Amino acid sequence: MKELVAFSLLNGVVYGLLLFMLSSGLTLIFSLMGVLNFAHASLFMLGAYLSWQISRWVGFWPALVLAPLLCGLVGAGIERFGLRRVHRQGHVAEILFTFGLAYVIGELVIMAWGRNPIENHVPAAIDFAAFRLFGTSYPFYKVLMMGISVGMFAFLYLAFKRTRVGLVIQAALTHPQMVGALGHDVPRLFVLVFAVGSALAGLAGVIGGFALLTEPNMAANLGPIVFVVVVVGGLGSIPGAFLASMLIGLLQTFAVAIDYSWLDLFRAIGLKVSSDSLLREVWSVKLSQAAPILPYVLLVLMLIVRPRGFMGTRET
Amino acid sequence: MRDWLHRIGTGGLAVALLAFAGLAGAQFKIAYIDPLSGGAASAGINSQKHVIFFTDRINAAGGLNGEKIEVLSYDNKVSPQESLIVLKKAIDEGARIIVQGNGSSVAHAITDAVLKYNERNPGKEVLFFNYAAIDPALTNEKCNFWHFRFDADVDMKMAAFGDAMVNDKSIKKVYLINQDYSFGKAVAAAAHRMLAQKRPDVQIVGEELHPLQKVQDFSPYVAKIKASGADTVITGNWSNDMLLLVKAGKDADLKVKWFTYYGGGLGSVPAIGRDGVGTLKQVTEYHNNVSPTLPPEEVEFHKRFTDKSDEMYYWRIRNMFAMLQAAAKKAKSNDPVKLARALEGLQMDTPYGPMQMRADNHQLLQPLFVSTLSDKAKHDVEGTGLGFITDEKIDAAKTALPTTCKMTRPS
Repeated sequence: MKELVAFSLLNGVVYGLLLFMLSSGLTLIFSLMGVLNFAHASLFMLGAYLSWQISRWVGFWPALVLAPLLCGLVGAGIERFGLRRVHRQGHVAEILFTFGLAYVIGELVIMAWGRNPIENHVPAAIDFAAFRLFGTSYPFYKVLMMGISVGMFAFLYLAFKRTRVGLVIQAALTHPQMVGALGHDVPRLFVLVFAVGSALAGLAGVIGGFALLTEPNMAANLGPIVFVVVVVGGLGSIPGAFLASMLIGLLQTFAVAIDYSWLDLFRAIGLKVSSDSLLREVWSVKLSQAAPILPYVLLVLMLIVRPRGFMGTRET
Repeated sequence: MRDWLHRIGTGGLAVALLAFAGLAGAQFKIAYIDPLSGGAASAGINSQKHVIFFTDRINAAGGLNGEKIEVLSYDNKVSPQESLIVLKKAIDEGARIIVQGNGSSVAHAITDAVLKYNERNPGKEVLFFNYAAIDPALTNEKCNFWHFRFDADVDMKMAAFGDAMVNDKSIKKVYLINQDYSFGKAVAAAAHRMLAQKRPDVQIVGEELHPLQKVQDFSPYVAKIKASGADTVITGNWSNDMLLLVKAGKDADLKVKWFTYYGGGLGSVPAIGRDGVGTLKQVTEYHNNVSPTLPPEEVEFHKRFTDKSDEMYYWRIRNMFAMLQAAAKKAKSNDPVKLARALEGLQMDTPYGPMQMRADNHQLLQPLFVSTLSDKAKHDVEGTGLGFITDEKIDAAKTALPTTCKMTRPS
């Protein structure tokens, strides 16, 4: 039991930190530009594929740096030559643009690397046990993943609070016109933010690529959950996204470990549910079976009770 | 502008007419309906290659009673609704046999639709050849005259596992993890029955149904398996669910025997790697170490499809078309009703022993092999250096199980 709790805790934290890696860039982009970037998970996927390709040529460590940089460049290009033009048509056009872009990136990935999952194994350079817990060795790459994610959080948090650019970005969050009028180059800020956001997605992709599965549907599979994190945490809030990722990671992991259903609860309080009673099917679903929908339940509850999320500064 | 559109319009029409004229020769049309895009596309595209490969062989040998087979492919995205739409299209385009395999939910939809169509359109019947949807219901309570299954069903494969488990005393605690839909539930139920019958001493220490193709990270499930103290896992998981499960098991250092339905499926062996040696087991009608030398079909297949992921996985598609060819010869006709009658009870030899199409429920009986991953296999899987070695061969006749099928045949 102690072992299960310990490992669930560890797994939950790891999954939460992975979610944060994915969502930090998205929340950054949304906070400044108000663009709900549907192609964000696609950049994550691109990061995974690029890092795999690059590491075959020059090894894992250079790929860890180069792949995110390339993703950042792609992001900058998307903003400069795509989004900026569409921006004039308003938010709907932007959303449609990023939506279409997700499909385009998906198809390009299929054309370049095929439909089947590629053999993106943990690189030999980091494929060793970090420590032992209850007689089980714990892989180093998961520790590295945690480290990178926490590093990302610290970087974003400090950049926001302690640097000039961060202050300007914060100001642009609420008063973009005013910031522009004060002589700051808001369009260039947009390119920068989009590039950094994309690079963060790419970095998440490098690690997520072999932690999960590198295949053309990985963007579509992870897209929805990332939006949940961003909305629950509060749009535009980095600490909020961090909190929400951890909460969702732990919630989902512990829910899987719990094999109780409503029926057990009813039994515990002395209620009898006969086998032909109404909704019996629903009551007998174990919490572990419902685990993957819990984040979405949380999303709905959050939107009802507190629409701006944990730490958001404006209404969703 | 309008002139331009007009020109494209007539051009297109001319091309369509030409194409139509080209197809109008004596052709026996087979509709292949399976996922060719989306999450399950890798499986669908691999089996499509098999279908094309084996029909081309028949064509090279003169076709079916002189008619060349033409394969029409339709993408159903593993959706029953989508399948019904393309099924109608396939029938309109003259398909006489429908080939499908991925997803029992899809097979249920198609078998119902084919039954209904055939009742309403006597003289224009179509057959349904199912090569992979293995929900037992399809050849039991839901059986019909038009449906033929060429893969062993869930219960038959579980019985094969039973034969492999019956003398293995190292198996004491079993964990069941399956996908939360009709097929996964059928596997879990079959495991309960099989263990009660063949290994009543074995304890089932945990049972899991997880959402189908939604789980990204199986670590929480693996932690649970570990905490349960299981020494053996039985799973019907396929595609990404199989791959990610063994991958998470490897990360967490999970030491269990894996009894899998699809452990040899695309990507799983590379994902588990050497950790699967001696522990990853599967039940199939074929693996490439069944005999010391590769059958000529596989050699030829690899000459034509050279990608590393182009494994010859579906020997049963070879058996399916061998059966079709023999049935056409026996019936001396390509009429679907006559083909179906000829198929019933049809016996044939394969390189690995005889096979037979059961007349009572249209389930193919073919030799089954329980095999284990090994680093000493002669032929490997997906270039990993690892391959499967047979533990247990079950002859076709011994795979037969009782059926509840009550079939009405056309008069």
